Amino acid sequence: MKRTLVVVIFFLLLVAGWEILCRKKIWSPVLVPSPITVCEYLNGAIRDGTLWHATLVTMKRLLIGYFLSIVVGLPLGLLTARFKFVEDTLGVLALGLQTLPSVCWIPLALLWYGQTEGAMLFVVVMGSLWSILIATDNGVRTVPPIYARAARTMGSKRLHTWFKVILPASLPFIVSGMKQGWGFAWRSLMGAEIYVTILTGFGLGHLLHYGRELNAMDQVIGVMLVIMLIGLLADKILFSPWEKFLYRRWGTEQG
Amino acid sequence: MTVEQEIANVTPEKLTVEGVSKWFKTRRANVHALDNVSLQVREGEFVCLVGQSGCGKSTLLNIIAGLEFPDGGRVLADGQPVAGPGRERMVMFQEHALFPWLDVLDNVLFGLKLKPNLKRHERREVAQYYLKLVGLEKFIHANVHELSGGMKQRVALARALAPNPRVLLMDEPFAALDAMTREQLYGDIQSIWAKRRKTIIFVTHNVREAACLGDRVVLFSPNPGRIQEQFVVDLPRPRDINSVELAHFSTEIREALVRYIKPETAEAPE
Repeated sequence: MKRTLVVVIFFLLLVAGWEILCRKKIWSPVLVPSPITVCEYLNGAIRDGTLWHATLVTMKRLLIGYFLSIVVGLPLGLLTARFKFVEDTLGVLALGLQTLPSVCWIPLALLWYGQTEGAMLFVVVMGSLWSILIATDNGVRTVPPIYARAARTMGSKRLHTWFKVILPASLPFIVSGMKQGWGFAWRSLMGAEIYVTILTGFGLGHLLHYGRELNAMDQVIGVMLVIMLIGLLADKILFSPWEKFLYRRWGTEQG
Repeated sequence: MTVEQEIANVTPEKLTVEGVSKWFKTRRANVHALDNVSLQVREGEFVCLVGQSGCGKSTLLNIIAGLEFPDGGRVLADGQPVAGPGRERMVMFQEHALFPWLDVLDNVLFGLKLKPNLKRHERREVAQYYLKLVGLEKFIHANVHELSGGMKQRVALARALAPNPRVLLMDEPFAALDAMTREQLYGDIQSIWAKRRKTIIFVTHNVREAACLGDRVVLFSPNPGRIQEQFVVDLPRPRDINSVELAHFSTEIREALVRYIKPETAEAPE
């Protein structure tokens, strides 16, 4: 309770300081809009639906791409951990591609897919797939062999062992890998949206981009705040429950 | 079983180890872990395997469990060759090996869920019975990391007992615990053994522990792993680890053990 209060007061002071500095007219209001102007923009954008629409478009791309990355990356990570041959081929490739900053995929995606949803999706998947794969692989490798041995004596066999022992045992790694993957997907999608105009959907990145084109600093800052807020919410909604579960079950060391 | 045995109505041994040999190939050398080891264990017997580190006693236990396979010889359980691990022979390890993603009750349920023909509520009742047996009925929804070392081993014991195996294989299960907790568990394991009539093979390097728990103490020597001597401990139960009669037995076994320690690997056992 006390900590929430500290957070609220801190941010109130921050915004108040911002407003005061704006009123002193040190900078041009075109470059540094006051918080009130930003709020006015946000209010307007919410009312006329542009913000909702852009958020929806962006989230749809992000969620589909991220979901695809998990569906593909998780099983592939299991395979690289299980089979030496897959480790030496796909595993090495994944390690290499993971070091590539995900915005680097944008030029390639544009040439391959043109200015389409496909390009957006491709960039998101390339951004998150490899880190999910590698985290799963790492997680499986760090599972103490004693778990599988104990499970086998209780009658657990192949697939049952994989799904009921190996996979849950590597959960701490998988969750942190998924979180990292989410971060990469989010960053690369924003990069792609700011960089590329496509006609099939107008996302948050585009709003940001047009804010610059129109010299509308209130829009730029407003959209940046929305992007930040979505990041925070995603963390709370998608990952907090898992992290709480890990903390409760595993205790302090790994949670 | 042969026709003669069938007619003579001889009950077969619960476990028969016939001339088992095992080598471990490492980069530096071939380690001869077990050399032609034979052992018979009757139904309901409590047998302790004792020896210094590296004498192959744990390897033998793993082979009996079906987790490893011998390079020579074979192991029969109820007259059938052991082809792999099975819930008739449950193992308790030195590390508790409890699953941290499950709570206490779900850990105990893990083996039960793999046992066919049990309904959901029946499994739960069985799990609760065994948790009560090890004195942890109040902790069924605790997380593994919240338990003390002794409690973790109790849960591991309940988990091993729950699918009702006839044979319990214990690999130094109390070695990592403090002395007080261990002494409590000596009492517990004896009363559970008496109550549930299990056949137990218990590996330890602690001679006193072996004399306290076993009907029979089997002495191993290393390089290569061999059975050297066997001692029958015919003290009344329940036994107290600190009793004078027990000290007499453990001294005798300990003296024998020291005789088999080869000079180049001399390392005093506990």
